[in-house]
Amino acid sequence: MSQLIYNTFDYEVQPPRLAPDYKSTVLRAPSKPLVVVKQSLSELTGPVFGDFNLGKFDHDLTKNSIKNGEPMGERIVVHGKVMNENGRPIPNTLIEIWQANAAGRYVHKVDQHDAPLDPNFLGAGRCMTDAEGNYRFYTIKPGAYPWGNHPNAWRPNHIHFSLFGANITNRLVTQMYFPGDPLLQYDPIFLGVPPKGRELLISTFDLSITEPNFALGYRFDFVLRGHQATPFENV
Amino acid sequence: MLQTPSQTVGPYFAYGLTPEQYLYDFKSLSNNVLANPLDEANVVNVVGKVFDGNGDVIPDAMIEIWDTQHQRFGRFGTGTDPQNRFIFHTFKPTSVDGQAPHLSVIVFMRGQLIHSYTRIYFEDEVELNAQDEILSTVPVDRRDTLIASKNAAGYEFNIYMQGEKETVFFEI
Repeated sequence: MSQLIYNTFDYEVQPPRLAPDYKSTVLRAPSKPLVVVKQSLSELTGPVFGDFNLGKFDHDLTKNSIKNGEPMGERIVVHGKVMNENGRPIPNTLIEIWQANAAGRYVHKVDQHDAPLDPNFLGAGRCMTDAEGNYRFYTIKPGAYPWGNHPNAWRPNHIHFSLFGANITNRLVTQMYFPGDPLLQYDPIFLGVPPKGRELLISTFDLSITEPNFALGYRFDFVLRGHQATPFENV
Repeated sequence: MLQTPSQTVGPYFAYGLTPEQYLYDFKSLSNNVLANPLDEANVVNVVGKVFDGNGDVIPDAMIEIWDTQHQRFGRFGTGTDPQNRFIFHTFKPTSVDGQAPHLSVIVFMRGQLIHSYTRIYFEDEVELNAQDEILSTVPVDRRDTLIASKNAAGYEFNIYMQGEKETVFFEI
């Protein structure tokens, strides 16, 4: 029986597990070499989600937690395509989204940053890709915020994403950054990615999706691990 | 095309990925009940902690499990349990595709730029474990790190990110 073999992580663009400038990796990154295993049914399957899982406003973070008014900040619309390394669109991909508010404050209970919470913005949402692998959602541009990694450390503006492709092999958690952000050059999490991969994490301003008098548009494409061009015989 | 680089899940994933568990007003897509012990026979508890290189329990890890046999997926953050454990209620898998019963595990946390893959096997499956192709790939002296121990409440499986007892993580 022939079996598709998915590519493993490409470490020319993927960060190393241990990146000492990002201090939390020192005690948390696995230290022993990973054991390379053959992909079996367990790796080549995964959970399936659908539009039926999503709430009406899950794709609109500017609306999904309104209490008494509009959320504060710069409204944006983000779109793009989810593909694999072979350029093939991945339909029905669940994209989960979370981020800080416009002031750089997370709703999370342990975030101590002295910036206001926004009663009308949770900062969480989700959407699915369509049959052509396209997705789109509305949100508020997240603010930068300080963190304790090093003196005067600030995270660049970013949106967190979690994706499920066709199986657990191409599970991806990543962050999208914004073009021209002056904090990128100081951020050890962004810089943990090899230079060849960094640009892949920066969205592009997209006038074609920018909505007049409403929201600035950004494009961000995702490329999940693909399968090797030639199916292997499983012997 | 080049893969999109992985980034850490960070410390503040809860309201986006495990909102109901952490009491945020947003619906969770997945939780730790893959099978309801009140409705189904053969449901077990799988419980464990995640330890860092100092041996301290990690209170902000997120664990996902995938049971390919029953096509069930679960997710749990260690932040709300008083002992910072992860807890799953799930079917005990049986052998599929010639492999020993196991659950696939994906580990996320602040301080991991890429998530880690591992597996949970079961200590009362001695014969099947001995024949398992994936376990056989693992050095003999590290196989125990992948095997959950049985107790009165179910199975216990601790994850050690580093150190002598470091869990085997897979490149898949």
